[in-house]
Amino acid sequence: MNHLPLIIKREYLTKVKNKSFIIMTFVSPLIMVALVAFVAYLSQLNNDKKRTISVLDETGVMSEVFVNTENTTYNILTDTSLETAKELVIAKEDFGLLHIQNSTDRKEVVSKVKFYSDESPSLSIMSSLEEKIEKELEDKKLFNAGVDIEKIEASKTNITIAQETFTGEKTSKIDSVLKLAFGGAAGYLLFMFIIIYGNMIMRSVIEEKTSRIIEIIISSVKPIQLMMGKIIGTSLAGITQFAIWTILGSILVFALSAIFGIDLSEMQTPQQDLINQAMQNPEIASEIQLGMQSFFNLPLANLIIAFLFFFIGGYLLYSSLYAAVGAAVDNETDTQQFMLPIIMPLVLAVYVGIFTVIEDPHGTVSTVFSFIPFTSPVVMLMRIPFGVPIWQQVLSFAILAVTFIFTVWFAAKIYRVGILMYGKKPSYKELYKWIKY
Amino acid sequence: MNNLLVADSVSKNFGEFRALNDVSIAVPKGSIFGLLGPNGAGKTTLIRVINQITMPDSGHVLLDGEPLKPEHIQNIGYLPEERGLYKSMKVGEQVLYLAQLKGLTKQEAKKRLKYWFEKFEIGDWWNKKIQELSKGQAQKIQFIVTVLHQPKLLIFDEPFSGFDPINANLIKDEILQLRDEGATVIFSTHRMESVEELCDHIALIHKSNKVLDGKLTDIKREYRTNTFEVGLQTNQIERVTNAIKEKFEVFPATFKNLNDDVKLNVKLNAQGSSNELLSFLTSKAEVHHFVEVIPSANDIFIQTVKNN
Repeated sequence: MNHLPLIIKREYLTKVKNKSFIIMTFVSPLIMVALVAFVAYLSQLNNDKKRTISVLDETGVMSEVFVNTENTTYNILTDTSLETAKELVIAKEDFGLLHIQNSTDRKEVVSKVKFYSDESPSLSIMSSLEEKIEKELEDKKLFNAGVDIEKIEASKTNITIAQETFTGEKTSKIDSVLKLAFGGAAGYLLFMFIIIYGNMIMRSVIEEKTSRIIEIIISSVKPIQLMMGKIIGTSLAGITQFAIWTILGSILVFALSAIFGIDLSEMQTPQQDLINQAMQNPEIASEIQLGMQSFFNLPLANLIIAFLFFFIGGYLLYSSLYAAVGAAVDNETDTQQFMLPIIMPLVLAVYVGIFTVIEDPHGTVSTVFSFIPFTSPVVMLMRIPFGVPIWQQVLSFAILAVTFIFTVWFAAKIYRVGILMYGKKPSYKELYKWIKY
Repeated sequence: MNNLLVADSVSKNFGEFRALNDVSIAVPKGSIFGLLGPNGAGKTTLIRVINQITMPDSGHVLLDGEPLKPEHIQNIGYLPEERGLYKSMKVGEQVLYLAQLKGLTKQEAKKRLKYWFEKFEIGDWWNKKIQELSKGQAQKIQFIVTVLHQPKLLIFDEPFSGFDPINANLIKDEILQLRDEGATVIFSTHRMESVEELCDHIALIHKSNKVLDGKLTDIKREYRTNTFEVGLQTNQIERVTNAIKEKFEVFPATFKNLNDDVKLNVKLNAQGSSNELLSFLTSKAEVHHFVEVIPSANDIFIQTVKNN
């Protein structure tokens, strides 16, 4: 008799109706968004801080470099000694004092610039001061050498190399960024999904063991049916949760930025930096056009199909292992020793994905890892946007499929024996014995 | 077909350990069959084989003449010793779910459930969670889950543990009633008084082997030692006692009675008859108490286990 739908339904409903699940589902996007908004707000607050920096310029030629900005006021001191200037700054409670000593030797001027302050200044303040002095001295040097600065400015060129494949498709830097974003998101999503819902499956197996209902259930259904029902039901609950998170998250981000005018996109990630770099090109319009084009140039159909296959394959592979671990132990604290071998390949996959796929999506390391079944779902999903030959994808999935059939079988064996074992924490050796029962 | 369930030379190994060694039992239709044995003897393994939770390494099990197959799950109700329910699930939902797993439709399960809830007067529990119930209350739910799909074969492993005497009695009466309605019951327990009370047949498993089985009365007959408990009234205690001792094998007896002067267990030899003993006794003193010592299930259990 096939009870699978019934079991899936129960697993799904109990997960979804569980109080902590509901709270997690609705509160965590709130917390996340609130946190991000709070950090954004704090960083704005920090930027708003007004400070005055006194400048004692003995050379007398630098003063026009220090132009007041919104947050920083420069107070140019003249005709005072360093000591009186220091006292003055302390008395006025200025942020700090920049001292530029005079000398005939320009090199000495450079080496003797000093900044005095109570608190150590932030990196951004220092680099902005350094940049100003450098620029001025550079211009002065060039001028002294008889170079016309305006000519130099005019000679500056901005170049963007247009990229085109041999088949004539136009590509751009945006293209790579987009590919990276898609691949990274897919791989990372799978990773997160496995960790969160794998654990949930494990806990629910342990719960059945500790509440001692397990023997009643498996006198009605085959253990493998129960295990598969659990895995599928929990993943459906997971998909529901992810969907709600996505929807709620976007509504909240939208609402928050509308209400408080906080631009959350200011919180920059490295990828956004790349996008911005690409966007700072003069030919922005054509770039955007190219970007749109590259979006459609992505192997979208391939991406979606491969995502489904590798996501399901990878998830089944790992979640069955989680179920087996849950069956092997009596309580959650005993799971530690079995978790490591599950988590390790997953983390490895993510690191390989992040470090090698970005560098060289078709290099040896990325290629090899996209075939090893325990890392292939994550790594292959990251590689696919860069265009992976279909035969590689099919072969990789075939290997994955064979492996997950094997792990599900293996997990079912452990599960079948483990759920009826109470009281002792099994060793790996014992687990091996169970397979033969 | 007189036997509902036949296990034929069932063996099961767990690694090196042989949990069942060539065990055969036959459970007659409509009987209450006691499956006895010390802890770790292999009872639970045998029960799990019958429930198709564990597959035997060799031997086979017939239910109603057919080799066990997955569909037979619907014909078996099993109350395991290690039992529990989903703690945070509501009573009604939970029982419906478990009944559906046993092949009942939701409507049918609801209808039958109503009957049992009325019978046990627990209708207001429907929306309670298991964790809100007491242990005994949860056990009642468990009992309902076991019998709701009206199985031909009921297997109870220590059914009375966790019940107070009143509820234990209630469950006992239910078991008897189910038997009367045609169900066959396999009953595994350590409580020998309930074996005496309920079981028609027993099988004793010890160290993975079946060491004894048959009708309880037959086994008792086999185990009786032709010993009689005797209480006599006389004013010559010593003389009478010595006279009996000369003729028969005698052991001290401890039974409770009103002022009997001589209390003895008298064992007859194989040819000796009770009438012979009785006439001998009446010639010596006034007989107040004369009863055959019938071995209790408890005695048989202990004796068999010790001898093996």
